[in-house]
Amino acid sequence: MSVTQQQMMQGFEKPSFWKTLSWFDWIWAALVIAGGIYAYRNLPHLMDVYEIAILAGSTLALITLGWRWKPARALSLAVVIISLFGISRYGTDLGLAEQDFFLRFLVSSQSAVMWMSALYVMATVAYFAHLLSGSDFVGKVASAMTWSATTMGLVGLMVRWRETYLVGADVGYIPVSNLYEVFILFSIITALVYLYYEGRYRTRAMGAFVLLVISAAVGFLLWYSFDRGAHEIQPLVPALQSYWMKIHVPANFVGYGCFALSAMLGVAYLIAARARPGSTLARRLPDLDLLDDVMYKSIALGFAFFTLATILGALWAAEAWGGYWSWDPKETWALIVWLNYAAWLHMRLTKGWRGVPMAWWAIIGLFSQDMDSGMRRNDVDLSGNVILISAG
Amino acid sequence: MSSPAASTRAAPSRAHILLEFLGSMNLAITLLMAVAVASVIGTVLKQNEPYQNYIIKFGPFWFEVFEKLALYDVYSAGWFLFILGFLVVSTSVCIYRNAPTMLRSITHFRTHAGLNSLRAFHNRQEWVVPRPEAEVTPQLAAMARTHGYRLRSQDHGDHRIHAAMKGSWNRLGYVFTHAAIVIICIGGLVDGNVPLKLKESSGQIQVETRDIPASQVPAESWLSVKNPSFRGSVTIAEGTSANLAFLQLRDGYLVQPLPFRIELKDFRIEHYFTGQPKSFESDLVIHDPELEEPFESTIAVNHPLIYKGYAIYQASFNDGGSKLNIRAWPLLARELQPHDIESAVFQDVKVTSPRGPLTMELTDFKLYNVNPVEDDDASGKQFRNYGPSFTYKLRDETGAAREYENYMSPVEFEGRSMFISGVRTTPAEPFRYLHIPADGKYSLERFLKFNALLRDQERVRQLAEETTRGSFDQLTLERPELRQEVIENMVHLVGLFTQGGVDAILEQVNRSAPEERRTQVMDAYLKVLQTILGELYLELLAGEGIDFSPGMSETDARFFDDSLNAISSLGHYGAPFFAQLTGFEHLQASGLQIARAPGKNVVYLGCALLTLGVFLMFYVRHSRLWFRVEEKDGHTRLLFAGTGHRHERDFAEEFTRLRSELEQRLGIVDRPAPRP
Repeated sequence: MSVTQQQMMQGFEKPSFWKTLSWFDWIWAALVIAGGIYAYRNLPHLMDVYEIAILAGSTLALITLGWRWKPARALSLAVVIISLFGISRYGTDLGLAEQDFFLRFLVSSQSAVMWMSALYVMATVAYFAHLLSGSDFVGKVASAMTWSATTMGLVGLMVRWRETYLVGADVGYIPVSNLYEVFILFSIITALVYLYYEGRYRTRAMGAFVLLVISAAVGFLLWYSFDRGAHEIQPLVPALQSYWMKIHVPANFVGYGCFALSAMLGVAYLIAARARPGSTLARRLPDLDLLDDVMYKSIALGFAFFTLATILGALWAAEAWGGYWSWDPKETWALIVWLNYAAWLHMRLTKGWRGVPMAWWAIIGLFSQDMDSGMRRNDVDLSGNVILISAG
Repeated sequence: MSSPAASTRAAPSRAHILLEFLGSMNLAITLLMAVAVASVIGTVLKQNEPYQNYIIKFGPFWFEVFEKLALYDVYSAGWFLFILGFLVVSTSVCIYRNAPTMLRSITHFRTHAGLNSLRAFHNRQEWVVPRPEAEVTPQLAAMARTHGYRLRSQDHGDHRIHAAMKGSWNRLGYVFTHAAIVIICIGGLVDGNVPLKLKESSGQIQVETRDIPASQVPAESWLSVKNPSFRGSVTIAEGTSANLAFLQLRDGYLVQPLPFRIELKDFRIEHYFTGQPKSFESDLVIHDPELEEPFESTIAVNHPLIYKGYAIYQASFNDGGSKLNIRAWPLLARELQPHDIESAVFQDVKVTSPRGPLTMELTDFKLYNVNPVEDDDASGKQFRNYGPSFTYKLRDETGAAREYENYMSPVEFEGRSMFISGVRTTPAEPFRYLHIPADGKYSLERFLKFNALLRDQERVRQLAEETTRGSFDQLTLERPELRQEVIENMVHLVGLFTQGGVDAILEQVNRSAPEERRTQVMDAYLKVLQTILGELYLELLAGEGIDFSPGMSETDARFFDDSLNAISSLGHYGAPFFAQLTGFEHLQASGLQIARAPGKNVVYLGCALLTLGVFLMFYVRHSRLWFRVEEKDGHTRLLFAGTGHRHERDFAEEFTRLRSELEQRLGIVDRPAPRP
């Protein structure tokens, strides 16, 4: 052999994680930190000490996310650029939403959400076309649409964040506080988790199923917006004005997104399991083992975040009205969802259950989750049954 | 009888069977699902309502059945706690049985693995490497370390086993999560109301259901001041204090004394421009005999005060018994004699009326009423403050009540000022509003005078006579009784109108006139009514010294129409008087939640363990590798095997990569170096 022992060894040295980072990764980190510092220096009056900690934490989390999952960098940058454009078009006048061309048709939060909605629905159709035709090009189009929809959804939330402050300086809040806003969040997170697995396993066959549940969420969102005017910005009740919301709600929706994803993969599994082996359908549908594995991973991720979110919710409840657990319907449904997935994970991990029954179970889990999120419609309310006394 | 020796053998086996059962996964999953299903009940069936509501809902039979099953308070029901307890025991047994093995496996490298067991692994590969062992081993070790594995070697004489593993903390995740469940349940039990329920069922304490001052509540309904955990509430009006809290239990309450006194010095509320509350906070003064002097603290929603393990939360706000000056104007009498009332919110006032004695229960006072105004020209919604209002219930002798909401100041409606008063018969329905036009001095006076004038039958008859005199002169000569008939008709119409409004007249027409002539008759009646009422109105204006000879001003004309609309709705309004708020002294009350939860920190510890454990379990991956090395004649027999605990699919990929890397390192197959 012509290579020496020494040279061979070097070839195999696994470079440390830091050495794998490219110059773009470092620019990325610098940009995120710059953004964090900008927020810290310019908006200190809007943040208490916990919120500053959350800002620091999310800065680090975003850097790590970008390093671990490279597409997140481009996505974030696109969202930031478009959002800043939208915010700059507004200046300080909310009324421009109807007059300014760009705001009206592109980047006001309502328009951005409409773009998101349309793109997700189109992506669903495209993924189905990809599944049925097997065309690679159509698959790429579907992915591109999903990425664009996610971008616009995030832009919608970012611009809306600014809009809440334009309604009134004392009104401003992070837009994850009512059903309309969290349905946008749900669509985005489900799509992001899906896109991660799409990249990780290099298959677009799962897309049609996952995007179906996102389209359903979009359908609800549109109905809720047009029929009920839910997109109107309403000030927060005092109980919701807390830093807890910034961590509790997103953590919760990572959980919901993952659970919804796993349920849809369960549907895909059931269909794939019935397809005649060797048929065109069987070839185009994702591999059963892969579905089973992603279903598990997604539930595990969802379970971890759902656990965290439920605990954060209990901490918040303890601070807002004096009891970390009151067995009210909201909390109880969170527990039911948690118990359900805990049992699912036990079945899979210790009893080794796989396949069709677990797929069915994941689908049924989605309904318990729907009940849970339904219970959260009114969010926190502080209607204690107070007995009035003439004290003393 | 078995021998002693036999029984000592039998005893552990029975315990063993029990442990086996309690620690079994089937039981654990059954219990998990049982708790989940049982929990659903409490979200479907509203918990802790007064029993009366359930009887109405289910009927006496099912009420009884559900009561026996404790479905009205599922989460403290014996059977529910039993399942929970069972789950805790089952989890504890699991920990007891598995934790030692798990903890050992964190440090245990399994360097004793036999050839056959290594060959049984799905991920394995064997080679004969044409090199001495001394050259092979460093490569194995280097590769394992490069990929984050820790390595332990053992010499077995003829062969050596190099066992490697990484991510063994994953196993700690198991211990953490399961211990967390037990810890959380124990902490929850400490803070729960199980001891309370036990005391109640043993008759030591009794739920008070009457709405009486705390000082009159009998001792059986008082809890000990030492009670370690509770969650209650109390409402304190500004300037007053309380040293107790009320614990809601079913359809009653218990009284929890506090070792200190809470005084409400001031309560503040801020509103958004939409009128919704933006923030509310209370300035509290805590008087504790153990303190040298009282201290002050301000609490707000999401910002409680924690003192001596008692947490005091801002929960709600209420009226604190605002003092109200009310002027009651009779609406049904011909005399306009107002009656002044001085009272306060939450007080009852006895009033006499033509309809018998009534009780006026003052229920609330609001300083601001911000409502949206639909505006056509402006984009977006506008909001307007309608000023102070108060609500009261008017209860008659039968106990039936109507609720009223009266605004203090007149409100602008399409350019006119109106006094508004809402009325409803049940809290479920929205208020229907009576609009009374305000006169030029923004007072009720002109309307009330007009209304009283209409009820003065003598005056109405007089006026009717005057009105008919001119036009009926000719006719009366021939039929004098006709004029009298017309006059009586007018008086009757006015009477009908003042009692039941236009509806009453319509009803009379429907009763008396044939169907095809009804519209015609109605029009005629209304015309007559309009004429006589107009005359009455003009007389009123003349009394005010207004000169309407050039024609009535538009304002006065509109006032006339608005008055008629108002008088017409008085029948539906139902109150024999209009209660005008003439003055007030605003007093607020703050609703506080007071909780003592010594188990809280235990629960939080459990939560921290749970979070840590879950992430350890799912995101730290436990993988093991084995290298079995045996040298023979300058060649090395190498067996490479590995397993990924609960991530087989990903590990299989990793194993493939490691295997080819090993082949490269050992020069088994000549391939180009892997991509950088």
